Amino acid sequence: MATLGDLERTVMDLLWATPEAMNANALRDAIAEAPSGQVGRELAVTTVLTVLSRLEKKGLVERERDSRPHRYRSVTSREDHTAELMHEVLVTAPDREAVLARFIGSVTEAEAETLRKLLGGS
Amino acid sequence: MFWASYLLAALAIILAWPAPIALSRAAWPARAPFTAMVLWQSIALAGGLSMIGAMLVWGLEPLGDNLVSASVGFFRILVDEDSAATLGVIHVFAISAATLLFGHLLFTLALTFVRIRRQRRRHRDMLNLLSSPAADQPATLVISHPAPVAYCLPGGARSVTVMSDGLMDLLTRAELDAVLTHENAHLHQRHHLLLWAFAAWRAALPWLPTSRLAQRAVSELIEMLADDEALRHVDEPTLVRAIAIVGSGALPPSRDELDDPLADPLAEPSADHHADRHAVQGRGGTPGAADVTGGTGDAQSTAHRLRRLLTPLPPLSRVQQGLALSTAGMLLVVPPVLLVAPELLG
Repeated sequence: MATLGDLERTVMDLLWATPEAMNANALRDAIAEAPSGQVGRELAVTTVLTVLSRLEKKGLVERERDSRPHRYRSVTSREDHTAELMHEVLVTAPDREAVLARFIGSVTEAEAETLRKLLGGS
Repeated sequence: MFWASYLLAALAIILAWPAPIALSRAAWPARAPFTAMVLWQSIALAGGLSMIGAMLVWGLEPLGDNLVSASVGFFRILVDEDSAATLGVIHVFAISAATLLFGHLLFTLALTFVRIRRQRRRHRDMLNLLSSPAADQPATLVISHPAPVAYCLPGGARSVTVMSDGLMDLLTRAELDAVLTHENAHLHQRHHLLLWAFAAWRAALPWLPTSRLAQRAVSELIEMLADDEALRHVDEPTLVRAIAIVGSGALPPSRDELDDPLADPLAEPSADHHADRHAVQGRGGTPGAADVTGGTGDAQSTAHRLRRLLTPLPPLSRVQQGLALSTAGMLLVVPPVLLVAPELLG
């Protein structure tokens, strides 16, 4: 049994791979055809809709208001989401420092220059 | 009982200001990071305890000559068995201040915990969508991004270490191992609990020098502890190279290009990427001066780390470590003893 997290991931992968908006039926069919075996093939449309509404609440997908049945599309591309997430990691404000531990904190340009010299000289 | 409250107040002042400044300027913590960490924890704990204790003891003074009998007296007033007339306004004020400070510290600790956990859960949610498990490492995720990034996201059984494929392209196998053992050391040694406690300490009393200095020192010390752990598995030049490569690649975005996803580590900062990045919603306010300051602190910390690895100093002698640890122990024993001392002496 796939978890909701797995389903969210599968749905987002499909929406990111598809330029046009899809409705829940089309998504269910696409999941059934998908080669990945981690998600059960026979999903109810209501399950897909549950996943979509969770994703919508998280601000990852948006619904086209004037279409029936509703069609969904991703808000931004996978690359943009990754860039945003990495931005959060790289630009650590003091009040976020406790959330995660980075291998290297931010360094200044001068520091980076010193590090490059160190690499060149070693 | 007055003298006990004055001694506690003196201790609170010393622990709030001169002691943390001296410790943050000392060079020896780099030679004994664990000992220094213990000392910082005891300074924070004893500092908070003596602050609250000084006000409490002072406020309860008219009710008894030690904290126990005074508390009994205070309870009798609360349940209306005794008249409150024995307490002056100023005593009530001191007792209230102590109670408020205690509540404030506990509340901030809880609030910080909730905030951190929520941010981590959100981050993990996004990782679930955006990353894939590393081929040959358990609890390690790979995310597709050009900047060399490595970090760990604590979360009990769901703790993960995240690396970017940009990092995997730049580092050799051995250097990657150095990075991964470093990050795993953070998780195994539960450094996130220290980060949480000191983040809360700072959030509760941001105007106190000790809370800021302690948080900075603790972030630096956990990196040293994790470096030491990594050095048990890889040799020192490998770790230094890993730090230098990641450090020189992970430039902070310059002020006007804060949204640039840091394309090629060695290329000139380019504006290609950041135009569309502004379209991404959900960012509250552009990070500004605060981040730049934070970055400077980090940079110093990176410099300290490298200096320590490049020119290793012998570990602190056992005597010196023992001295520091007994100071830490004393700091934890003295405030409680002062709270009940009049009874012990009487």
